[in-house]
Amino acid sequence: MNGHGSLADFATAQGLKQSAARPPMGSYIRQVWQRRHFIWAFASAKNIAMYTESRLGQVWQVLTPLLNAAVYYLIFGLLLGVSRGLPRNTFIPFLVCGVFVFTFTQRSVQTGAKSVGDNLSLIRALHFPRASLPLAYTIIELQQLLVSMVVLFVIVLGFGEPLTLDWLLLIPVLMMQVLFNVGMSLVLARIGAFNRDIQQLLPFIMRTWLYFSGIIYSLSGLMKSPKIHHHPWIGHVLEANPGYVYVELSRLSILDSYRGYVHEKLHEQTDHLWWYGLGWAIVVFVVGFWFFFRAEERYGRG
Amino acid sequence: MADVKEKLKVSEYAAPRVTIDQTREPIVVVDDLHIKYRVYGAGGKGNAASAFIRVLRREHRPTMKVVHAIRGLSFVAYKGDAIGVIGTNGSGKSTLLKAIAGLLPPESGGVYTSGQPSLLGVNAALMNDLTGERNIVLGCLAMGMSPDQVKQKYDEIVKFAGLKEGFIQLPMRAYSSGMGSRLRFAIAASKSHDVLLIDEALATGDAKFRRKSAKKIDELREEAGAVFLVAHQLDSIREMCNRVLWIDEGTLVMDGETDAVVDAYTEATGK
Repeated sequence: MNGHGSLADFATAQGLKQSAARPPMGSYIRQVWQRRHFIWAFASAKNIAMYTESRLGQVWQVLTPLLNAAVYYLIFGLLLGVSRGLPRNTFIPFLVCGVFVFTFTQRSVQTGAKSVGDNLSLIRALHFPRASLPLAYTIIELQQLLVSMVVLFVIVLGFGEPLTLDWLLLIPVLMMQVLFNVGMSLVLARIGAFNRDIQQLLPFIMRTWLYFSGIIYSLSGLMKSPKIHHHPWIGHVLEANPGYVYVELSRLSILDSYRGYVHEKLHEQTDHLWWYGLGWAIVVFVVGFWFFFRAEERYGRG
Repeated sequence: MADVKEKLKVSEYAAPRVTIDQTREPIVVVDDLHIKYRVYGAGGKGNAASAFIRVLRREHRPTMKVVHAIRGLSFVAYKGDAIGVIGTNGSGKSTLLKAIAGLLPPESGGVYTSGQPSLLGVNAALMNDLTGERNIVLGCLAMGMSPDQVKQKYDEIVKFAGLKEGFIQLPMRAYSSGMGSRLRFAIAASKSHDVLLIDEALATGDAKFRRKSAKKIDELREEAGAVFLVAHQLDSIREMCNRVLWIDEGTLVMDGETDAVVDAYTEATGK
């Protein structure tokens, strides 16, 4: 190699670094933390831009969850009159709470998968830790969720549920869910960045997950059904599903009648769900961050 | 694959020797760099049946082509250099800048830099659906400024971009290409960069803006490391650069003082 080795040696001797190398984990985390203002501002700006084309603008942020809830009320409440063994007037708040909370995870995963691909111009223009993007997309969904939560509170109170101190438990539940969603979003962001096909597949995967997660039925109730009762392991597996854990914990926090139904009528213990929730949050967040970081220098290339 | 190896041999032979100036501080070292990139969607039958058969046979996408864009480039850039990169269309100028910025992985060889290079390209739109105002704030935050620093720099950026009254409140998709590139340049130039790479980003600006940006590039050069400039207008290269790289077909033809290289280039291209 006619003297080329010496040029590389010269560069390293002068303290220059390979420009396509990723920083060590520690300084990467510091960089992400330093971009926290960017992450928040990016999320807010995207959220605002989402509705600028429509005449009603920001009103849609409230209208979208409201219409969602209305559709469920129309179909399950008025047309089918389902209650699935739940106490009267519990099913609609139960369903709407489940849908809103699960939607947060669903949307984080789906937008996370697009977060790198949709921002190639930004990635190629400016230098910043790429993990900011999936993080920002989860924040966008969190902001949407907070608006949906206000709508949910109105519905829950409207169906006669009492306002109790247990509602405060919703805060740690959502914090765990945010961590879990960020982790999922980071994993999908890396997969989606190099394999665009995943975006076509995700809607089907997410819908299957939704049906397994006890959103439109009560898993606690199902576990008491004779078929599953003889194979308790099915219940244990379904119960450990993070999609279910956060939804169920949210319901137990804000729906007094549902809490009573699960604890007193079904005699089900739910404390272990907190450990599931915490475990999933920490493991998925740490693994997701590490997994995304491992490909940091390859995003936005080509 | 065989012909790729062949090309590697040829360029190894052609790679120019680099003399190192020990008295100056190097900021970018490019060492026998080779870049290949894969392009998808280059023709081919595009129906579902043929795609399915391809998957069954475990074939690669027939539409993928490998382009060997940089073939053995070596040079050293020093602190305070403003380097113009010239060459005909498709000679590998933009690819070189992307590689220095760390956005394209080298096939072999390497790019070494001190600090973080920033690339400012003509297509590097920020967020088109957001207003100019928000783009400034987000762009600055993304570059790692704190909210207070952004507030300080904001007026300076607006003034430098020189947008017409009221445009700062409009989404960037309503901007003309000249206005967009001015704002992008203003945002990028608000921070001092270790290495600033400018790829035709000033081409769409008018004469007044070119003068302003020439002054700004001079400032950035003093503050920071090195500036690389790709441009087809040779007079702006003469104006702003102290050194020029002439690239053809991914190899270095000439590297030296601005006037000498530009004159030789003009003669060769028959202008």
